[in-house]
Amino acid sequence: MSFLTILFATLFYFATAVLLFGVGYKIWQYAITPAPLKIPTMPAPITKLGVVLRMTEEVVLFKSLFKSNKWIWIFGWMFHFALLLVLLRHLRYFQEPVWWWVDLIQPVGMYAGFVLVIGLLGLITRRIVVARVRYITSPSDHLMLILIISIGLTGLAMRYILRTDIVSVKAFMLGLLYLDVQPIPTDWLFLTHITLVISLLLVFPFSKLLHAPGIFFSPTRNQVDNPREKRHIAKWAAKLDATRKS
Amino acid sequence: MADFETPELKDYIEVPLPQIGVMEGSGPFKAKPDHQEALGFPGELIDDWENVAINKLADLTNRYRGLRVFLDACVKCGACTDKCHYYLGTADAKNMPVARQDLLRSVYRYYHTPAGKFLKKFGMEKLIGARKLTEDIINEWYNYFHQCSQCRRCSVFCPYGIDTAEISMAAREVLDSIGVGQKYCNEIIGKVYKIGNNLGLPEPALADTLEGLEEEIEEDIGVAVKMPLDQKGKDILLVTPSADFFAEPHVDGLIGYAKVFHQAGLSWTLSSHASEAGNFGMFIGSYENMQRVSMRVREAAIELGVKRIVFGECGHAWRVAYSFLNTLVGPFDFLDPNYPVPQHILEVTHDLIQRGKLNIDASQNDHMTLTFHDSCNVARATRMGPKPGGQMVIPREVIKAVCNNYYDMPEDTIGEATYCCGGGGGILTDDLIEIRVKGAMPRMQALKTVVEENGVTHMAAICAICKSQFSKVIPYYGFTMDQIISVHQLVGDALVFESEISESSNESEETENEKE
Ligand code: SF4
Ligand code: SF4
Repeated sequence: MSFLTILFATLFYFATAVLLFGVGYKIWQYAITPAPLKIPTMPAPITKLGVVLRMTEEVVLFKSLFKSNKWIWIFGWMFHFALLLVLLRHLRYFQEPVWWWVDLIQPVGMYAGFVLVIGLLGLITRRIVVARVRYITSPSDHLMLILIISIGLTGLAMRYILRTDIVSVKAFMLGLLYLDVQPIPTDWLFLTHITLVISLLLVFPFSKLLHAPGIFFSPTRNQVDNPREKRHIAKWAAKLDATRKS
Repeated sequence: MADFETPELKDYIEVPLPQIGVMEGSGPFKAKPDHQEALGFPGELIDDWENVAINKLADLTNRYRGLRVFLDACVKCGACTDKCHYYLGTADAKNMPVARQDLLRSVYRYYHTPAGKFLKKFGMEKLIGARKLTEDIINEWYNYFHQCSQCRRCSVFCPYGIDTAEISMAAREVLDSIGVGQKYCNEIIGKVYKIGNNLGLPEPALADTLEGLEEEIEEDIGVAVKMPLDQKGKDILLVTPSADFFAEPHVDGLIGYAKVFHQAGLSWTLSSHASEAGNFGMFIGSYENMQRVSMRVREAAIELGVKRIVFGECGHAWRVAYSFLNTLVGPFDFLDPNYPVPQHILEVTHDLIQRGKLNIDASQNDHMTLTFHDSCNVARATRMGPKPGGQMVIPREVIKAVCNNYYDMPEDTIGEATYCCGGGGGILTDDLIEIRVKGAMPRMQALKTVVEENGVTHMAAICAICKSQFSKVIPYYGFTMDQIISVHQLVGDALVFESEISESSNESEETENEKE
């Protein structure tokens, strides 16, 4: 087995582990941190089902962002929705035979790659052009966008410019999945693409990409509005109760 | 009027370009050692401030999930950047909500995130906008976290619901923990502990004031409307902001509550022990102090043996009451389970109107054309009535029931998108007058629109802070103080009492006699 194969296989496993443990740790940390007070942004749903609906609207449609700023919403939503399709489309490299619905989205998934890049270009343009957004931008915010744009562009290039040998890519990925490592295709475009993806997996748990799990734990969005009906009390706050006089 | 320029009112609210340092400064007056110590904080800046502040921040992220998620999740999308009235009014870049959060987030990143801990080893913390804590940063926090009224407008528009109010509260608590407190808030909380209310009005003075008001009402309408204080065995304990006892236009609201109770035949009392609905413990982010202030309400309810608790018109007070009271000092299983605990005075009045229990003549308010200012805390942090959004609907229905002329301000400046009065969140102090005036600009702009388009003459409010703030800053924008009015003044003025009815029927008899 070539050095390159071993290197990438190792990196891939390592990055996946960092992603899973890193994000898993953050989720666990969010889950165990109490929210001692009821702080939903009102008007808020008064039932759990209502909260599920509110959260769905936020996660699927970016409702608050829509109310807020149509440009960020359109670019942001294009990017995220396209990303979802692209990710689902990529499932085909990890399964044999390919599930029917993954086959079904294959054609759409291909165009989604373009939509993804366009959305990101829109976002990075805003970052540079709009003075307010420029002010709050750190270098890492640009780097993150550039990283994902590069992933998108190398991905598209593999399809439309220098076609990569998909069969051997798939053999390599399946090999990783079944712990039976196969030689990695030495196509430089593919190697770049996968290097960038590995970097993304590595930075995910340590960056603002934590907004993905974070939103589900945001008390302003996930709390039920029922403080008068139900006493809401965190453990550490309950301890203070014991010191109360009446 | 002052050494700053009042923003000019345009035809619509313009989003300014961010500028650096417009509102830089040393912040509001600092609390004296005894103000600090009464609340359990160090008297002045402690020697080990750096470590204590960093540890306090870690402690808060462990105790408040919101804070932790908010510090992690912001993607710097910029959606919130044009949503803060202080940014719109000052153009200071650090008054953009996300920029304000970043003042704290940068330090959190430096000390409490793996990325910050790693990058600082190579001096590369700037890459992720992380900063080492310095004395300058402490000053910057003190200044800019007292230019946030904790109004939550930014949180409505953030895709993750990031609430800068929570960040401000946390920052103020960190500051208090190292001995840097704000005079206005901390002195006031001390007064509540010592005397029972924010204004430091002792029981005898309070009793006196109420007696004076009773006389005033009787002179006015010829009916003996009572304002009971510390009377045991009544049904309702009314807890109201102490400003209601004598500030204008607050006191007319208090008279309105008393008239409503009187006409509906409800038995009620005020308490000198809980003579304050406000709870500045929230502004300084201190759970312990907020709980200690709230305890007085519980104690008063138990001592007086009431069946219900009703809160008067105040925004942040209603937030603490509606959203936190049960948590802080509940459960209230000793009260009548047929009523929510606590209730807002508007819920009571609204219900009475619905059931036809009040005798209303809306034409009494015909000399005015009204609009209504949604208080930020009421709109975005509480509810009234059984349905979500009731906090917007109920006040309007009550106003419309007692006034014939009513117009809303533009859609994007009311309801959940309401603009703060500019004086909330513990900054209602003269040493912050510049930020208060500038921060009122968006609301003044919206008011100007309905004044010009609909002939609105008065703006009704349901918050002691809003009322005081507007009365003070509205003249800077060419309006007059008396254009601000309590919702319950409108109600009180529209109520028709028996004696008045008999008087007017006498009059009509006389006219009939004359005809004969
Ligand atoms: S809207 Fe929310 S995520 Fe976007 S910059 Fe503001 S705080 Fe950050
Ligand atoms: S809470 Fe209100 S005052 Fe504070 S940053 Fe947000 S919009 Fe501005």
